[in-house]
Amino acid sequence: MPEITERAPATTDGTAPAAAPEAAAAPRSLWGDAWRDLRRNPIFYLSAVLILFLVVLSIWPSLLTGTSPYACDLGRSQQGPGPGHPFGFTTQGCDVYARTVYGARASVVVGICTTLLAAVLGCVFGGLAGFFGGWWDAVLSRIGDIFFGIPVLLGGIVFLSVIKGGSIFTVVLLMAVLGWPQIARIARSAVISAQQQDYVQAARALGASTPRMLLRHIAPNALAPVIVVATIALGTYISLEATLSFLGVGLKPPTVSWGIDISSAATQIRNAPHMLLWPAGALSITVLAFIMLGDAVRDALDPKLR
Amino acid sequence: MRGAKSATWVAGAIVVALGATACGGGSSASAEPGVVRANWGDPQNPLEPANTNEVLGGKVLDMIFSNLKSYDPKTGEAKNDVAQSIDTKDQQTFTIKVKKGEKFSNGEPVTARSFVDAWNYGALSTNAQKNSYFFADIQGYDKVAPAEGKPTAKTLSGLKVVDEHTFTVTLDEKMSTWPLRLGYKAFAPLPKTFFSDHDGYLAKPVGNGPYAVDTYDKGKQMKLVPNAHYTGDDKPQNKGVLLKVYTDSNAAYADLQSGNLDVDDDVPAEQIRNAKSDLKGNYLSQPAGMNQVITFPLYKDGWNKAGMEKVRKGLSMAIDRKAITDKVYNGTRTPATDLTSPVLGVANGYSKDVCGDTCTYDPTEAKKLIKEGGGIPGGKMTISYNADKDSHKQWVDAVCNSINTVLGDDKACVGNPVGTFGDFRNQITKQEMTQPFRSGWQMDYPQIENFLTPLYATGGASNDAKFSDPKFDALLKKAGAEPDVKKATDLYKQAEKIVLDKVVSIPLWYQNGTAGWSDHVSGVQLNAFSFPVFTKVKVTD
Amino acid sequence: MGRYVIRRLLQMVPVFIGTTFLIFVMVYALGDPVAAMFGDRTPDPATAAQIRESLHLDDPLWSQYLQYMAGIFRGDFGTAFNGTPVAELMGSAFPNTIKLTLVAFAIEVVVGVGLGIVAGMRRGRLADTGVLVFTLLVISIPTFVTGYLLQYFIGVKLAWAAPAVSSDVAFGELLLPGIVLAGVSLAYVARLTRTSIAENIRSDYVRTATAKGLPRRRVVGVHLLRNSLIPVITFLGTDIGALMGGAIVTERIFNIQGVGYQLYQGILRQNAPTVVGFVTILVVVFLAANLIVDLLYAVLDPRIRYA
Repeated sequence: MPEITERAPATTDGTAPAAAPEAAAAPRSLWGDAWRDLRRNPIFYLSAVLILFLVVLSIWPSLLTGTSPYACDLGRSQQGPGPGHPFGFTTQGCDVYARTVYGARASVVVGICTTLLAAVLGCVFGGLAGFFGGWWDAVLSRIGDIFFGIPVLLGGIVFLSVIKGGSIFTVVLLMAVLGWPQIARIARSAVISAQQQDYVQAARALGASTPRMLLRHIAPNALAPVIVVATIALGTYISLEATLSFLGVGLKPPTVSWGIDISSAATQIRNAPHMLLWPAGALSITVLAFIMLGDAVRDALDPKLR
Repeated sequence: MRGAKSATWVAGAIVVALGATACGGGSSASAEPGVVRANWGDPQNPLEPANTNEVLGGKVLDMIFSNLKSYDPKTGEAKNDVAQSIDTKDQQTFTIKVKKGEKFSNGEPVTARSFVDAWNYGALSTNAQKNSYFFADIQGYDKVAPAEGKPTAKTLSGLKVVDEHTFTVTLDEKMSTWPLRLGYKAFAPLPKTFFSDHDGYLAKPVGNGPYAVDTYDKGKQMKLVPNAHYTGDDKPQNKGVLLKVYTDSNAAYADLQSGNLDVDDDVPAEQIRNAKSDLKGNYLSQPAGMNQVITFPLYKDGWNKAGMEKVRKGLSMAIDRKAITDKVYNGTRTPATDLTSPVLGVANGYSKDVCGDTCTYDPTEAKKLIKEGGGIPGGKMTISYNADKDSHKQWVDAVCNSINTVLGDDKACVGNPVGTFGDFRNQITKQEMTQPFRSGWQMDYPQIENFLTPLYATGGASNDAKFSDPKFDALLKKAGAEPDVKKATDLYKQAEKIVLDKVVSIPLWYQNGTAGWSDHVSGVQLNAFSFPVFTKVKVTD
Repeated sequence: MGRYVIRRLLQMVPVFIGTTFLIFVMVYALGDPVAAMFGDRTPDPATAAQIRESLHLDDPLWSQYLQYMAGIFRGDFGTAFNGTPVAELMGSAFPNTIKLTLVAFAIEVVVGVGLGIVAGMRRGRLADTGVLVFTLLVISIPTFVTGYLLQYFIGVKLAWAAPAVSSDVAFGELLLPGIVLAGVSLAYVARLTRTSIAENIRSDYVRTATAKGLPRRRVVGVHLLRNSLIPVITFLGTDIGALMGGAIVTERIFNIQGVGYQLYQGILRQNAPTVVGFVTILVVVFLAANLIVDLLYAVLDPRIRYA
């Protein structure tokens, strides 16, 4: 029973006034606790600064470069770094630095929105399937299986050519619809195994309500694997957008994205590796920031670490 | 622990399944003495001559069939091959004599009937042969392949067998250059077994060419050996060819460098720059009978209204072809100067200057012309392309950048990728294109007529622009009736000038065929269709 | 338990029908496949009509679907456009892909779980950072690049392995493509294992086991690992289907005529029988893998029971 005894003082420690209604106060104090933990974690600040930087970059790319990502001159094709052009040029003779800066918007938006959407869908479907089991599980999980069976390429070509898509919104929607079943499976397994913990059984025996069980006892303990998968998925979604764009069913030109640049640089790796280095580097920094954030959040939610 | 037990069962089942699959290996592809190992891909259609309209199947048919005519690998000149003679008095009825003593690889003699039966089969619409339109000029085609309803005849009335080795062909209209196309594989003769045992033929095709199929392991490889019954001039100088199926040109190129492949006629574009040093000089690149153009949807008012001729010409002049062929393609494309291809040679209609300043990069003049013509309709244009193969994105982006730089507008022109080739072609044939789009033409036979009639004649099968000009049509007709082939070619060139003056499409560049080969072989060359001339390849060890 | 398995097997029926119908509708939505068969040329109307008729393309969607399903129950999966029966394509593609998947899967499990244990036990130290850097590399460099670089350096330059897989598809040749295919999944497995291990290493039963004086190998192998594997196994279960169907890039680079390659060809040529046939089998594989994973939960955590 150590979890319960450890948790009990933590809840009363919370900033929530004791008089507040139970349903509202309980989650707030738990998450409030986590928030207090987070603020003490340097990794959290590092990742927050990085993410803030990326967001600013997405909104005002012109802060960092005066060069247009569309100003291309074949005469400079695949040239290395030079004065005013620190990262060199692409095959089309565009400035790699400018394209990396301007590419942040599409890539970061696609990555974050898709991950959020897929994670929400996955947690709801997977969580309910794991918690209730039986028919819930059968129906929700099998729906997931059907979606998981659709090849991304087929889904992409059909979806985006039928609705004549190509905007960031349609690409996000497509990837989330095809991506949630994986997160749902992970969430479902985490919920099933969290349900077996003694304190959950105890809470259930004490007659805790279903929402309370789910949000207070199971969610914090089931979140870790979901966070791990979601943070890595964020990176793969950014790359997947590249694959879709490369196949002509993703973002349409003249949108600039890291994915598009990575895939056109990939074939030229022997001729001009610098074309790949910078957009791929930017992608890894983004993923790194979110992996660190995920780790920090997970640690904050783990009472054993307190 | 009952879970553990079922898990063991499952694991057991997987192991059994694995064992079963591991035993089903194919034959080894290691080098046999004297045999050339070459790059191949899975053909898209069954290996029937009148049903093969792409290069992978074409490569095999080129080896196992000899046609009435053949094209000189160097000059593209059409010479009699299986034909003893092809004569005509009125440019409409042709008498074809077949050489005596020619045989299929199963020993069956090649006769006039072999051709007539094959052509009738190819033309009959219920056989659904994709090259059927090649027979559309022959009298009676509208009976065997009516545009609507069932065919009312089984055979073409224009084909008549005169004797064992002679037959006559009557066309709907006069066409002096018609015999030049008889080197195309759709006109190949077929053995009786094709009709009596069709499945057997498809499993192991039988032809009358220098090679015969030895074994065919679908999706994996095909082994070809010299045809023992072949009596022509093109006897193989090796002991056979092993065509290996590759999923990707990079995989084949890697195998070539490692000595697991001898002839690779599909060196990937991104490797061209390294190919010479990778292959120690065993590399060649020469123009092929293939060109790339940007076509305008002339059926849409926007691109067809008054003044647009100037805009179209200006756009053509805004494209820096030299820079794109050099930087994007590393010289494996040659800037276009006409609507045909250099493989034709001047004799068959190629021209170095007919396009003139329309095909010459001139930013100032280009900008002026586009302005005079009223600018790009709507201020913005897109160039549509299919994104599923051939990396068209690279050149479309480069062309748009070139146009944008000339106009001083970052977003005047952007590429518009379409997911599948099917969707792309459907948009074109249903006339749903509102903006320019790419088109490519791969010649069927090396003659200027093949680059004009299908593409620009009123109602032409591939007239994607829906261009129609009575003067142009009249010139084509006149050229067809002209008995002298040289004079006919000149008339075709006059017709070509009309299309170029109106800038129906923007000629971009001619595609090159490329080939790399191992130290194991010598004498590799490419023919007019960019197929390796396998009969001339010698194995050196 | 037995009833649970039977119930799950029965659930495959609606999923099977749902998936085939969904995929059928999707391929149908792509439009007329006939134009693409003629290259850059407008199809001859008579020939095109003939091809449409032979493929039943003029029939309404539901009728096409019923004809297709009726065919499946007779063991006829239809034909691809080059005249090869889809059943024959599946017969040659699936063994190749199963072999490749097994190689990749083995690499993923051994290396991924191994790296995860090391990183989780040495949380915050050099080994942990090393695994993190490796994860980032794998995620940000596209499979195409890793595949091509390995093929070039190990296959062509060093000649340690054949750069392209021969038509025999021997297991030895699949090592290189297996590594490439396993790459991204490896990152997931390593990070999931690491997090799980790091979480459980502080739990009471591990402390108890250590205090009891059990050898470290036994503590890690039996107590720690067993309790940390549920999320990892779940991921591996979902990954089997993904590895089998999603190896398009790897199969192309290394010349493996497998499921991913055939599926890609089928989609681009809008050939419904090929796409539906392959996807259906993949979904069945996926369902089976999920079932096994669910049964494994009970093995790993005896408290979980199925009624």
